[in-house]
Amino acid sequence: MRSVNQPVRKKDAMSLVTGQPVYTQDIAPKDCLVVKILRSPYAHALIKEIKTESAMKLSGIECVLTYKDVPDKRFTLAGQTFPEPSPYDRLILDEKVRFIGDAVAIVAGDNEKTVDKALRRIKVKYDILEPILDFRCAKDNEVLIHPEQNWRSLCNVGADNKRNLCASGEEKHGDVDEIIGGCDWIIEQTYHTKANQQVTMETSRTFTYLDETGKLTCVTSTQIPFHVKRILSNALELPESRIRVIKPRIGGGFGAKQTAVTEVYPAIVTVKTGKPALIVYTRRESFIASSPRHENEIKVRIGADKNGIIKGIDMITLSNTGAYGEHGPTTVGLSGHKSLPLYGKVEAYHFRYDVVYTNVMSAGAYRGYGATQGIFALESAVNELAEKMGMDPVQIREINMVREGAVMPAYYGETLNSCALDRCMAKAKEMIGWDEKYPRINLKNGKVRSVGVSMAMQGSGIANVDTAGVLIKVNAAGLYDMKIGATDMGTGCDTILAQIAAECLHCSVDDITVSGVDTDVSPYDSGSYASSTTYVTGNAVVNTCETLVEKIRDKGARQLGCAIEDVEFDGARVYQVDAKESINLKDLTVAVGSDKELSATELFCSPVSPPPFVVGMAEVEIDKETGKIDLIDYVAVVDCGTVINTNLVRLQTEGGIAQGIGMALYEDITYGESGRNFSNSLMQYKIPTRLDVGRIRVGFESSYEPTGPFGAKSIGEVVINTPAPAIANAVFNGVRVKVRELPITAEKIYNGMKQKNI
Amino acid sequence: MIIKLWVNDKKITDEIDGDAILLDFLRDHGCYSVKRGCETSNCGLCTVLMDSKLVLSCSTLVARADGKHVITLEGLQEEAKEFGGFLADQGAEQCGFCSPGLVISVLTMVKELKNPSDREISEYLSGNLCRCSGYMGQLRAIKRYLNQKGAQKNEIS
Repeated sequence: MRSVNQPVRKKDAMSLVTGQPVYTQDIAPKDCLVVKILRSPYAHALIKEIKTESAMKLSGIECVLTYKDVPDKRFTLAGQTFPEPSPYDRLILDEKVRFIGDAVAIVAGDNEKTVDKALRRIKVKYDILEPILDFRCAKDNEVLIHPEQNWRSLCNVGADNKRNLCASGEEKHGDVDEIIGGCDWIIEQTYHTKANQQVTMETSRTFTYLDETGKLTCVTSTQIPFHVKRILSNALELPESRIRVIKPRIGGGFGAKQTAVTEVYPAIVTVKTGKPALIVYTRRESFIASSPRHENEIKVRIGADKNGIIKGIDMITLSNTGAYGEHGPTTVGLSGHKSLPLYGKVEAYHFRYDVVYTNVMSAGAYRGYGATQGIFALESAVNELAEKMGMDPVQIREINMVREGAVMPAYYGETLNSCALDRCMAKAKEMIGWDEKYPRINLKNGKVRSVGVSMAMQGSGIANVDTAGVLIKVNAAGLYDMKIGATDMGTGCDTILAQIAAECLHCSVDDITVSGVDTDVSPYDSGSYASSTTYVTGNAVVNTCETLVEKIRDKGARQLGCAIEDVEFDGARVYQVDAKESINLKDLTVAVGSDKELSATELFCSPVSPPPFVVGMAEVEIDKETGKIDLIDYVAVVDCGTVINTNLVRLQTEGGIAQGIGMALYEDITYGESGRNFSNSLMQYKIPTRLDVGRIRVGFESSYEPTGPFGAKSIGEVVINTPAPAIANAVFNGVRVKVRELPITAEKIYNGMKQKNI
Repeated sequence: MIIKLWVNDKKITDEIDGDAILLDFLRDHGCYSVKRGCETSNCGLCTVLMDSKLVLSCSTLVARADGKHVITLEGLQEEAKEFGGFLADQGAEQCGFCSPGLVISVLTMVKELKNPSDREISEYLSGNLCRCSGYMGQLRAIKRYLNQKGAQKNEIS
């Protein structure tokens, strides 16, 4: 293949590395009003009185908005296809505040200093309410986070605002109690994963203005331009036809921008004032009022027979959605759907879940989207099972892992058409030297080196929901213009999709101009999330190219005066198979008297979501005196089907592993007794630097996914799922300490060793 | 207060507030490569050169740049293209938002460190955070660039 499976440079690479002004804030008009938010100092309170007159009097202040100025119609900020599973539980500004940092007022003015001054002049009196800060106590608590009458849930997700439930439900296959009851080996444990921040280097930011027709135009750092259009329409009670959303270059997403965190604020300012408005979240705001990973507590019960065959799994997930329900009902599902199917010999499973409202910052989408949490719990439990049985944790996976051809009851009943998990395991084992290093090597300096393992899966888009449109036309130069609705957020999808198109159209990637998202111009795409772009939009590219090639051949045949069956297209020209006549594409496009434009557009929606797989192995070094842990080496071997861009897939993998390492070892959003978020800067919430990640090595063992573009599956999310359970396993193999609550800190290891007297 | 400074060799005289921050000043003067990633001097996105020394422009007052020469990536386009090409060949720029700070730091590192080891490279650049790449691709790009410049003879893996 000429374009697919090649290390093609990203189309925007050189402009990014030379620092060109291509991001939202760089292209904002200079006369934008500065928009800032006054935030609640209380975790749970009613606004009794709010005085804005003094702030309004300041010269340069354009507007000060409170809950009295916004529509009283609830909506969700979650970027999901309508009808959204996330409850409609938000107003732009509410009389009730539900976490420390919740929005109380919006101020817009000429410059930042004046706006800051105005913020200080707003006087608010609160009726303080008792908060719910422990998510284990939220369900059926007498304190209600969302008692309001106009709260509503659009989908049947088991939500009940009178019980603080954002969602609840259960699924089962077979009789898990009977199967586990008959097992020789049983493990039952509880695991706790924390809320984590995506920490996109570019925080959320948006500017809005009215265009020459009076249309509200929103330029924003988002993964979900088409959903933002609907969200703004809901929030502002404006028809969607009066809203246009444009996505420039994006400084990272990871799910953070699958929620419309900032868009509504400048939008309402522009609607009220008619003036352009810009909001740029500070790092602090992006730490205290954004959309982090859902904190989960997951109980796992596993039964295995005397040979180590895992027969039954029982999983109960409690998920903390915080003050609002963005992505609450859907993330929790993945904790089961994208962990349980890893074990192919399970005869029965039972998966139950509750998602609860509390008075902390609302959670959202973060790479892995619940699968990460479920996989930490299940993989840790499997490692504990192996230990109890005296089995190598690699071996227990080798005999239980799901194989190609399996029907997966816990994965929507889908059949696994492509799976190289077995080859991933073998290669990872070889790359890290598992047999030589397992379980540990004691060093002479009082330290120990040990290895640990985990497997992981994810999906490729949301089956029967994610929809991608692609439009390709031949331009007057005889080259191609491709419009996509998928959002490149640094991942390189503009380039990857051009590679797929170039392969189909027998041309060079450079011959294809890709235009990113403008909802007035681009074909519809549900957005870049759920690991959908390469698979779902990639398939739409393939289908569009097929239609286009047919049109090119048809027009060529008519120009050559023969039947379409007699001609072929080789990328440059349409030629008669049995004769010498041909016409090149450029001449064909502008042929005199031609009546048909050479363009094609197709939508694609997949009935399945083929899972990619990863095996991760960690080698750590632990100081037996202090518990200090250093990551030495991390090996990940991935099956993402056919690799489309050999460079970008490697980077995605290394980057996801590094984020997973942060989650495993450092990252933890912590709250004080009153609900104050202590993790409000990069000083308190530390992400890995280049000194912390050790060595990350990745390999690929490709299967061929028959439903994917050129056999491809997804890569974006699956790669974050293995570090936490693999590192926890390495810690156990090194010092026999089981850390069941993330992050795995030196203190936890030290205290564990002390209890065991190691 | 009135200050005089050179931004990318262009002399600028301007009246500023005493508490004005260099980062904002540079962006106001068209240097959009300079990004803000935090408010706590942790991320390295706003790195620029002041009299040939790397500084974080988010925590430098404009007043401190009075009489000095400030260089941003706008003033180092040829060099940025040269090293940036190596980043692009790895796909290691990813979202690109941290790239300007990283690129200007690497261009300076090349002048300051002779034949650096991987560890020395990582230490020098430890203040330049990246959330996309996991750092490995950046390291591969840096080593290939150093090799081409003859500034590092390490083996490239």
